[in-house]
Amino acid sequence: MSTETKFGDYGGQYVPEALMPAIEELTDAYERYVLDNEDGFVDEFRQRLADFGGRPTPLQRADQLSDRYDREVYLKREDLLHGGAHKLNNALGQVLLAKYMGKERIIAETGAGQHGTATAMAAAHLDMPCEIYMGRRDINRQRPNVFRMRLNDAAVNPVDVGRGTLKEAISETMRDWAGSVETTHYVIGSVVGPAPFPAMVRDFQSVISEETRRQFDEQVGGLPGAVVACAGGGSNTMGAFAEFVADEDVDLYAVEAGGSSLSVDEETGVAPNSASLSIGEEGVLHGARTKLLQDGHGQIMESHSVSSGLDYSGVGPELAHLVDEGRVVPTNVDDDAALEAFHRLSREEGIIPALETAHAFGFLEAVAGPEATRDVELPETVVVNVSGRGDKDLESVIEETDGRDIEGAPSMEVFE
Amino acid sequence: MTDPEADGSAGLESAFEEPAFVPYLAAGDPDFEASVEYVEALARGGADVVELGLPFSEPIAEGPTIQQAVVRALDAGMTPERFFEFVEALDVEVPLVCMTYYNLIYQYGNGETASDDRPVYPFVERAAEVGIDGFVVPDLPAEEADLLRAACDEFGLELVFIVAPTTRGDRLETILERVSGYLYVQARLGVTGARADVSDRTAESLERLAAHEGARGVPKAVGFGISSGEQAAEVVAAGADGVIVGSALVDIVAEGHENDDSTEAVAARLEAKGRELKEGALAGAQRRPRPEGT
Repeated sequence: MSTETKFGDYGGQYVPEALMPAIEELTDAYERYVLDNEDGFVDEFRQRLADFGGRPTPLQRADQLSDRYDREVYLKREDLLHGGAHKLNNALGQVLLAKYMGKERIIAETGAGQHGTATAMAAAHLDMPCEIYMGRRDINRQRPNVFRMRLNDAAVNPVDVGRGTLKEAISETMRDWAGSVETTHYVIGSVVGPAPFPAMVRDFQSVISEETRRQFDEQVGGLPGAVVACAGGGSNTMGAFAEFVADEDVDLYAVEAGGSSLSVDEETGVAPNSASLSIGEEGVLHGARTKLLQDGHGQIMESHSVSSGLDYSGVGPELAHLVDEGRVVPTNVDDDAALEAFHRLSREEGIIPALETAHAFGFLEAVAGPEATRDVELPETVVVNVSGRGDKDLESVIEETDGRDIEGAPSMEVFE
Repeated sequence: MTDPEADGSAGLESAFEEPAFVPYLAAGDPDFEASVEYVEALARGGADVVELGLPFSEPIAEGPTIQQAVVRALDAGMTPERFFEFVEALDVEVPLVCMTYYNLIYQYGNGETASDDRPVYPFVERAAEVGIDGFVVPDLPAEEADLLRAACDEFGLELVFIVAPTTRGDRLETILERVSGYLYVQARLGVTGARADVSDRTAESLERLAAHEGARGVPKAVGFGISSGEQAAEVVAAGADGVIVGSALVDIVAEGHENDDSTEAVAARLEAKGRELKEGALAGAQRRPRPEGT
């Protein structure tokens, strides 16, 4: 089998020349170990996902939400994976692959800290030294995850350039890689970056939809009517969608961060959202041609989301392609709706979701809630991918809830 | 490889007839007017080609020095259109190479003059119009460069590629098939930035290129880390046809900016540094082992 380097017009390998040999080496390793299961790589990966990771994760019927939305709502519980997010699937796959390739050192970037945490855990598990780049602003937003990475013996390197979020952290990790490429593997955290990363990360994450498909058939029968997942870079999205792409009857909704507004401020170069599938334009960033938040000159805009895990100006090239093809429906909900959904899921289902995930539930509320604002015909059965748990977001949620009028939110008394 | 005679822009390759000094500055750093003076000062200091950075918000191949220069220039209002005005405002004789990232080339003219199947053409056409001689695009590997190569051929511009210490075999072939103007030989792995020593890998890379049939006739300019006349001499003695110096010059601009020095004072320092580097390059040629039989 060979690697998909392009998805329609998207994808490719736009990286500095010094990295190209590493990209070729990685492509070769991906084809041999991941696609062809050489040396039993895939078997070992699956076994470790089960033993260390805790797979399969459940597909659970959400009783209260099913009542509220008057349809069958199922939750794919990636929040129950070791580390509390789907990120481990990819991190474990890549660190293991790096080991098979004979690399000596792992580097990664992280936004919300979930990918950094997963990479640090996988590196500790597989006994590889690990360094994580993280924007200064995100470090301040996600302190528990920073500490978790350090607990797993990873070095966390703050990135001060720009606005100090994921975009800058990715650029900084690429700079490290350009100097250390002969001994180091860069574990990209989403379905972004130069080929083979988008296809490889999708493959590692597609265990989500593989299980969902089997579990849904066993528990309910047949295929779900729709799959809903939040989309930042798009790794949980592609993971949840991958095995359903060929089933045209299954609607696929990618829910982006609408932030505080969908409008952009060309003057300041800031998009107060992270909705690159919804409003982005084609361009080249971080190794791939994809949909991007950029100004009229082609400068990349700073993005915004209440959820640092979605706060990125680009998106995976395959997802951009599936949107152009009409296979994936891009949509978005704003910060307020995501926070409301965060509180609703916590209150009604006993699941505290990641703020990323809360966007997917905000979409459900907007199209099927008692005061639905959007005219979308949602099928009778819906699977929502619970991409991660919200413990890491509690500091942000406390801050963001305070000063907002969110129905049903707990008392903020002790924090005032 | 493109025949420089055929497209009428022999400027770049003839710039390497003697060991060349190729400075880099980010256009518009710290502001438009001062930056024009600085480029002109480098030309007076002996520049044979000037690489002008068109600032991009995500300069992934650059170290901290040039990243900060890019931020200063962007903050001062540099845009692709202002960049072309900048080139027009320059009073220099030397060939000019635009160094930028692919997204800016790809986006230029988007929605106005570009048809969907010919992005990059509006940028290249405009660059040719203002007198740019070629491009270096650090995030565009040769494999992805066919579109830009074709546009450069149409408008008579050169397309310079970077050869890294890790570049070997088929990749080198691919680059040599598409390069024109000169080869940018990256002295070491990593990002741009001044260093105290010249990497051993420079000599290795130059030897590898010297042994390669397809690399004959293309000048080899070494960059990444060169900051002194002595280093320039070493690199030329090792077989380079020129030296590319960025961060060491950008440092002078940054220091002048931080200390609030006059434009004239900073320009004089750049001119002096340029002269040191050019003289170093020339001195390096004297140290080369004479080829047998000549």
